Amino acid sequence: MASAEAVGPGLVLPPKLVKVTGVIASLILTFIGLTAITFTIGRVMPADPVLAIVGDRASQEVYDQVFFQLGLDQPIYVQYFKYLGQLLQGDLGTSIMTAQPVAEDILRFFPATLELATVATLLGVFVGIPMGVLAAVNQGRWIDHVVRIIGLIGYSAPIFWLGMIAILIFYFKLDWVAGPGRLDVFYDSIVDPVSGILILDAALAGEWDIFHNAIAHLILPASILGTFALAYIARMTRSFMLDQLSQEYILTARVKGIPEWRVIWGHAFRNVLVQLITIIGLTYASLLEGSVLTETIFSWPGIGLYITNSLFNNDMNAVLGGTIVVGVCFVGINMLSDLLYKLVDPRVR
Amino acid sequence: MSDSPLLRVEDLHVTYNTPTGLVQAVKGVSFELGREKLGIVGESGSGKSQTGRAILGLTAPGGEVRARRLEFEGTDLLHADNRTMRRIRGGGISMIMQDPKYSLNPVMTVGKQIEEAFLIHSNDSKREAYRRTLEMLRAVKIREPERVYRAYPHEVSGGMGQRIMIAMMMIPEPSIIIADEPTSALDVTVQLQVLAVLDDMISERGMGLIFISHDLNLIASFCDRILIMYGGQVMEECNAAELEQAQHPYTRGLLDCLPRLDGSQHELSVLRRDPAWLETRGETS
Amino acid sequence: MTTLTVRDWLLAEVPHSKTQARCQRIFISWLAFKRNPVAMIGLLIIISLIAVALLAPWITASDALELDLANRLQPPGSEHWLGTDELGRDILDRIIWGSRITLYIVGLVSIIVVPIGLVIGIVAGYIGGWVDTFLMRLTDIFLAFPRLILAMALVAALGPGLENAVLAIALTTWSPFARIARAEALTIRNSDFILAARMQGVSTAGILSRHVAPLCMSSVIVRLTLDMAGIILTAAGLGFLGLGAQPPTPEWGAMISLGRQYLIDQWWVPTMPGIAILVVSLGFNLLGDGLRDVFDPKSGG
Repeated sequence: MASAEAVGPGLVLPPKLVKVTGVIASLILTFIGLTAITFTIGRVMPADPVLAIVGDRASQEVYDQVFFQLGLDQPIYVQYFKYLGQLLQGDLGTSIMTAQPVAEDILRFFPATLELATVATLLGVFVGIPMGVLAAVNQGRWIDHVVRIIGLIGYSAPIFWLGMIAILIFYFKLDWVAGPGRLDVFYDSIVDPVSGILILDAALAGEWDIFHNAIAHLILPASILGTFALAYIARMTRSFMLDQLSQEYILTARVKGIPEWRVIWGHAFRNVLVQLITIIGLTYASLLEGSVLTETIFSWPGIGLYITNSLFNNDMNAVLGGTIVVGVCFVGINMLSDLLYKLVDPRVR
Repeated sequence: MSDSPLLRVEDLHVTYNTPTGLVQAVKGVSFELGREKLGIVGESGSGKSQTGRAILGLTAPGGEVRARRLEFEGTDLLHADNRTMRRIRGGGISMIMQDPKYSLNPVMTVGKQIEEAFLIHSNDSKREAYRRTLEMLRAVKIREPERVYRAYPHEVSGGMGQRIMIAMMMIPEPSIIIADEPTSALDVTVQLQVLAVLDDMISERGMGLIFISHDLNLIASFCDRILIMYGGQVMEECNAAELEQAQHPYTRGLLDCLPRLDGSQHELSVLRRDPAWLETRGETS
Repeated sequence: MTTLTVRDWLLAEVPHSKTQARCQRIFISWLAFKRNPVAMIGLLIIISLIAVALLAPWITASDALELDLANRLQPPGSEHWLGTDELGRDILDRIIWGSRITLYIVGLVSIIVVPIGLVIGIVAGYIGGWVDTFLMRLTDIFLAFPRLILAMALVAALGPGLENAVLAIALTTWSPFARIARAEALTIRNSDFILAARMQGVSTAGILSRHVAPLCMSSVIVRLTLDMAGIILTAAGLGFLGLGAQPPTPEWGAMISLGRQYLIDQWWVPTMPGIAILVVSLGFNLLGDGLRDVFDPKSGG
């Protein structure tokens, strides 16, 4: 049934190859587009792009140096290709703040965000999905309303405000969790950063005190970020489940005499799972963004805080570098979940 | 019909509470079913499908089922608990639906779905389930049962899908099968194939069949007895062979609407619907 | 000749004019919308927002910009219902004045985003071919960026300020509308009435503006309302980071940021503006859900 596709006169390629090339071409185009935008923001928009990069306290030599580095004496498209070339080599410029290559700085900060976003997504998934299923199965009853309200508040509330209130209640008033930052200062730099993910590193090193402390610090920001994820996932799960539960094959399953819980989880949910993959991917990607504000509130040293601080310091290279990295991750995650979806759904195969 | 009837339905009512008021989908339907083929004919909205669902206790939420008697092999279906109903569904009474594109689970292989139907009602091993599934697929005239076993519903044709449906619903060996428009979604040639398979299995196992359709011709040729429904009530009940002698004006109207090769040349009549028929009658004849 | 009530006119079987037909459609949609109590709450909230913003000069005691250091950090009480902030200004008054800014942002973003998204979408969908591919690539690229971060980068380049924040938000928000408009245009493109218009010699621009665009409007508006909450939250986020309206303008996000240091002992200072944001955002979400249920119930949720 699946025949080779004609791509051009005399050129016939197997469809798989065409599809994969298509995906790669799409990726490349998106990357070019992304970089074009950051290039425009960095070079075209500011009044003086060199000043934006070196700051207004730099000496004339540094200014001239960067001027030539950027190739500002050359036409725009040449500048752009230079820029692209640097990016592909992993050169994101140098930061004013730290005087280090931006790429290195980002690599240092990235794992913290990864840790936060991952735990938050897991929370969203393991709490949000059952909530959504429960709401769908009990449509119209009080559980449904409760879930919907929680969901609504979850994505109507400004996340930084929610975080603030949470700190007020759970840290200052109730003292249930640890304060801002990833670790108490006491424990700083004891554990070797193997993966950059503190809880993993601490567990690997067998330092259980540090492990507990890290978790105490992680739990509140992850919960806040996770609330947002949870709200979205629960809402979508509910919607998908309601859709599936009204399908004919559910009636068939009941006719067969299958117990209701099996009908819900073994039949309806199985169909929902496929769609949830895309949703979870989207959620994870958007959490990378949501972490900007959360990290600011919780002083969590991740890429969001990095970009924010760079912004306040007018460190253009750092801001743009961070933007590209997050943008690439965003695109990458979405593409991955698309791919996963195609793999898992038998109808698409 | 040698022994007592398999199914007894007396004065069945199905009522829905909608925002615009009470809707009576089924109004006082009564009939009995033995080891025979009973056809229920009616237009859309006549309540024929609702009757089938009510028997299985699968009326949609919002619907209320009342009856003077609703019995299957002596078991009261109206007041049976969940576990009893689940045993009866599939194991005692089964139902085939109209379109396998929608009535089969799209993310499970055909074989797994049939096996599931078997394993729910027996304590046998997975291996036995597999064997029986293949056997069943052969029984419904599917030629490469191993390949079809691994197929997904969207990979099989309509006719094959319906036969898979039949296999799935027959494997737990129910006594009654309700077929709700089983051939309406199929091409004419495929219809006959599927019906033949259904017919064979029912005769072999001595089952009862309730065949729901809007196609009077089909029912007349396939079934033993016919129930004509309109507006939630039974208008007429007769043997298939005696359909031509039907009394009720609605039935006569239906018959007159059917184009016939040997009929007269003048215009085909339009079915006249007397609103008086919608009024609730007393005991049905 | 019996006198018709307005309601009769709206429910008449056969409309006698285009205006009547249009009014009828709106009225029937309204009836369907009314049945959803949660959506009505959303509508109420938004109407209240507009009313409060319009009536600000009359319902506030002060202009919320004057300092009154003697009165700083007062808890909520009879004189200041929501308390006072670090510079002695009444918080309720500031929130009310801030509602104007919220509406300003909402309005400005909508005016920019809807026309751009619509035009790009219907042109891409109707004309098709490489125009479509090119425009959709453009749309995808903007969709690929996380909204807040791109907005931050833009503000970094352009400098902080309310208009720049609005521009940044608009640039990151238009993409979904283009997609929706394109999808609608694709469906409509081959309809008979479009064919009829072409045969009558209507130009492409004419077809697009008079036939295609109106049909896309309802989906676009539903999506706009649903996205509005996100826009408000992004604006608040930018304000919180100090990238939006500059002090002393009472923008809600900025108020939270400035009040943050008083969180522990004068919790009302940063908390109240947040509640305002929550309520407005909630209102748009409820309204958007309700609109979607009326106009496009299939899309679920």
